[in-house]
Amino acid sequence: MFEFSRSENKFQAKKLRRICLKIIKSITGWIEERIDLSGIRGFMDEKVVPEHKHHFWYGIGGITLFLYVIQVITGILLLLYYRPSAESAYESVEFIMTSVRYGWLIRSIHSWGANLMIFFLFVHMFSTFFMKAYRKPREMTWMSGVALLILALAFGFSGYLLPWNKLSYFATKVGTEIAAVVPVIGKHILMFLRGGEDVSGATLTRFFGFHVALLPTITFLILGVHLLFVQAQGMSVPPSLSAEYEKNPKSMRFFPDFILRDAVGWLAVLGLLGILAAVFPWELGEKADPFSPAPQGIKPEWFFVFMFQTLKYIPGRILSLNGEALAIFAFGFGALFWFLVPFLDRRAQKNLSSSFFTAIGIILVLYILAMTGISYFFD
Amino acid sequence: MEKINQTDQSRRRFLLSGLLTSFSAFAAMLLYPVWRFIMPPPVPESKQSSVKAATVDELKPNSGKVFPFGNKPAILVRLANGEYRAFSAVCAHLQCTVQYREDYKLIWCACHNGKFDLNGNVLSGPPPAPLEAYDVFISGKDITVAKRT
Repeated sequence: MFEFSRSENKFQAKKLRRICLKIIKSITGWIEERIDLSGIRGFMDEKVVPEHKHHFWYGIGGITLFLYVIQVITGILLLLYYRPSAESAYESVEFIMTSVRYGWLIRSIHSWGANLMIFFLFVHMFSTFFMKAYRKPREMTWMSGVALLILALAFGFSGYLLPWNKLSYFATKVGTEIAAVVPVIGKHILMFLRGGEDVSGATLTRFFGFHVALLPTITFLILGVHLLFVQAQGMSVPPSLSAEYEKNPKSMRFFPDFILRDAVGWLAVLGLLGILAAVFPWELGEKADPFSPAPQGIKPEWFFVFMFQTLKYIPGRILSLNGEALAIFAFGFGALFWFLVPFLDRRAQKNLSSSFFTAIGIILVLYILAMTGISYFFD
Repeated sequence: MEKINQTDQSRRRFLLSGLLTSFSAFAAMLLYPVWRFIMPPPVPESKQSSVKAATVDELKPNSGKVFPFGNKPAILVRLANGEYRAFSAVCAHLQCTVQYREDYKLIWCACHNGKFDLNGNVLSGPPPAPLEAYDVFISGKDITVAKRT
């Protein structure tokens, strides 16, 4: 009886597989009668990913992209209930979290997902940096990646204000005020960001617009370009391994081998996201009140904390110059340096080891970790 | 032939510069209203010169209260000896709202750990300037705070 049902099951499974394949073939056949898909098919067949001891890091960009997709989906869901005004934003998020079924989960996934996405973005960026993946011909891939990092930070900064709670209100106040230290145009940038002199309902409406319309549009374009470069140029082999790799090139097919391994990573991250969202639901805090003092322990989101902590140590005046203006310029200069790294690291361009740039990367990572740690554990 | 070419080239340059000029003017014509639209219209600053900040029985000695003064926050402090003092609550560093710390007996900004004494002067931290001091008047039960003229 058991044998019979097992073979029966096998027969049914084969039949189902045949039907599925037939459906897929007829759909692709229908499309191919109208559009030539042979290029895409050829690309998918031929695309390979180098295999070496560091190829694990190739998957981190995919995880970041996966988290971005989750952000888009949960963001669209939150839009169904969120109301972007100073009078109703806080209440609408409260409604989402307390009355809408699974609202707490969707909002928590959106908040945790944003943080995980930026975390993996940093990991992806530093892994490509240390593997010197920005060497010719991938300079534009690096620069588009840095642009995506800035966009992700802008997403984080604008999204932080949307629940309109005390912490986010003052974080936005400080964050936007920093823009005002830029000479000549600082005041204009401040007015553009805030929609007025102060952080108010007008700022919330603007940030909402940036968060759900402007930033996604720009991100869509730059992300498209970034992915196009990655697909067209393939993965870079680190200079330290390239000689060995050239002698003994080993690779795996992108479809389906690499993508299936990637999918395992995505599944693990989805699991982690689910656990974080369910076990540590994202708090809403107290409603923003422009006439209350800044709350004790105020901090921006963790990815801005190293800059926030630096500002604490900068005196108001340095040699009769505005201290924070100097600090902001130093950060701006650092960002420009980071953006132009492919052109500055001449040794890596020649496939030589560039320990100076590796040291800069290590110092930067240590600085970010130290400042963030001090802020969270010793301040 | 040479002459025709030169004429052609100078005509081409002329047309190109005309085209670029009109394109720039056209772009400016489109972008100017957008730029003006993006920048928010100016809101006149509050001309309020005094405000009722609290009542006499509201603040115990060694405590403070942040209250709205026009469209900006201000702080009223009752010193341990019962005296009242008032200041703008806007920190000169990055415009955070300050508060009175009963444990430190001074005014403190939570954002970047700026500390001010009870005359509004900077004691430590990044604030580049003191807090603007206001006058305090008590009439009956009301405490009124006024900008210094």
